[in-house]
Amino acid sequence: MRVSRRGWFPVLLAAALTVVLSFLTLPIVAIFVDTRPLDLLSSLGEDGALEALRLSLLCSTLAVGLIVVFGTPAAYLLAMSRFRGRATIVTLVELPLVLPPAVAGIGLLAALGPKGLLGGLIQDAGVQLVLTTAGVVLALTFVAAPFYLRQAQSAFEALDRTWLDASRTLGASEARTFLRVAIPTAGPGLISGLALAWGRALGEFGATLMFAGSFRGITQTVPLAIYERFSTDFTGALALSTVLVAVSAALLLSVKLLSGSAWLGGAAR
Amino acid sequence: MLRVEARARLGAFALDVVLETPAGRCLALAGPSGAGKTSVLRIVAGLLDPRHGRVSCGDEVWLDTAAGIDVPPERRRCGYVFQEYALFPHLRAWQNVAYPLHDLPRRERRRRALELLDRFGVAHLADARPRTLSGGERQRVSVARALARRPAALLLDEPLSALDARTRASAGRELAAVLRDSGVPALLVTHDFTEAALLGDRVGVIDGGRVVQVGTVAELAAAPASTFVADFTGAVVLTGIARPGPDGLTHVALDGGGDVASTEPGDGPVAVSVHPWEIVLTPADTPRSGSAQNHIPVEVTSITAVGNRIRVGLAAPQPLTAEITDASARQLALEPGARAVATWKATATRLLSR
Repeated sequence: MRVSRRGWFPVLLAAALTVVLSFLTLPIVAIFVDTRPLDLLSSLGEDGALEALRLSLLCSTLAVGLIVVFGTPAAYLLAMSRFRGRATIVTLVELPLVLPPAVAGIGLLAALGPKGLLGGLIQDAGVQLVLTTAGVVLALTFVAAPFYLRQAQSAFEALDRTWLDASRTLGASEARTFLRVAIPTAGPGLISGLALAWGRALGEFGATLMFAGSFRGITQTVPLAIYERFSTDFTGALALSTVLVAVSAALLLSVKLLSGSAWLGGAAR
Repeated sequence: MLRVEARARLGAFALDVVLETPAGRCLALAGPSGAGKTSVLRIVAGLLDPRHGRVSCGDEVWLDTAAGIDVPPERRRCGYVFQEYALFPHLRAWQNVAYPLHDLPRRERRRRALELLDRFGVAHLADARPRTLSGGERQRVSVARALARRPAALLLDEPLSALDARTRASAGRELAAVLRDSGVPALLVTHDFTEAALLGDRVGVIDGGRVVQVGTVAELAAAPASTFVADFTGAVVLTGIARPGPDGLTHVALDGGGDVASTEPGDGPVAVSVHPWEIVLTPADTPRSGSAQNHIPVEVTSITAVGNRIRVGLAAPQPLTAEITDASARQLALEPGARAVATWKATATRLLSR
């Protein structure tokens, strides 16, 4: 047999991709292979499973909502302006990306817990965060926000500034320009950032556990439920994992479809 | 009347300009790239703040750094046509044109937008996205959008340079008509002197952040203030109607009278350009001789020394400029009022359809 004229390098590249792909997909495939449909149904019917799923969807949606509402204008400002200390601010915003989840949990406790920095203020206001659903939302927001902010910032930075200038000369204020030109034209970038943040929020485990605990129906999201079952009911844990993978994949897919669809059409020049 | 005075530090050089142009007239700012032309437009539109400056349009003051006035861009009513047109990629052509009309009801906005698109012959593209349009179509949509808000001043940044040569002629003709009919002062920026000559009522030559000279094309060519202006203005530009002749040459009937021949093809309205150094001056009474085809009787109006050359301004139905040496000028005893014949070859006569 003759060796391909294209040489060994393309073969090496293909081999590397094969290794990467198998390693990354094997665990996911295994989850589906090991789960029998009947187990899946029965474990979903089990106490707490649907409750955990509902909580995961609710908390991650609220967290992503907060992230988008506050993060989009913040990322726009970071992308558009040049000021002293900007680099520092960007780094601070991205810091939670590299923070171990356990550290994030401790940090949140130290800041917002009963004995934390702002604990007194929060208690005086009559708000309870630790060990509550609100606490879960806060933990998810903290951990997932940088994923969105980073993407949003680079999406805004990539915009053609003359679109924004044109909008101003056509009678639109800065705010209107932001809403009607910057957001739609940066749309695909914003949506992919949103998908990343949502995925991260759905899978969040460590910070939630430390800050909000794992109480069925109150703070036990799917990852926490999986962990709880893991030592006693491996089949149940596996079934819940299947559900989480399916929900996350569906989310990622629909976001990708959405960003390519007609209502944002033409955002790529 | 649009008046601009600005001083600003722009990277490597300082911008220092004073310009004005009356309503219904277009001042074309011409100069090499990096001369600060676009910065002038951005200052007028409010997209760039000079350190010191004053911008007024009619009786509205848009900027006065001394008095602390700085009207934001959205309230300056400038119709700005950007260099690459800057159409919004996420909006259809009609939505781009309707964008500045946001205070009208939707139905009315669409009607107005279609009306404007129709005026530029692109109403059939109303529902197209900018990325599917050709350069010429984008240019038309962009001009329609700039006019939608009934601007108080028009600003055009290299409006033709993104177009291919064939589209440029028709787009230039259309744009000239828009500028004529708009009734508002216009400021146009270009690196191409011929474009400036065709679209501007007057031309300002800008270099290194300063306006070197302002005048009609004939004034600039005949009496350039510096060798830079002399080199930059380059060709004399005349207008006329071309038709192919039986001899294989193109004959151009010049507007205002006179007839010249060119070896370049052309049919219909054209711009004729010839370099001043290609024009030979002979005394009025000498018989025609030599190989040159084009002869125009002229009267000397001005004599300006530019370095080691002499620019001679010539009155004819359309003003001409010749460039000769000092020795020739003395030999011909040229002085204002003298009569002569300007002669040049058909091969040195370039045609540009307009």
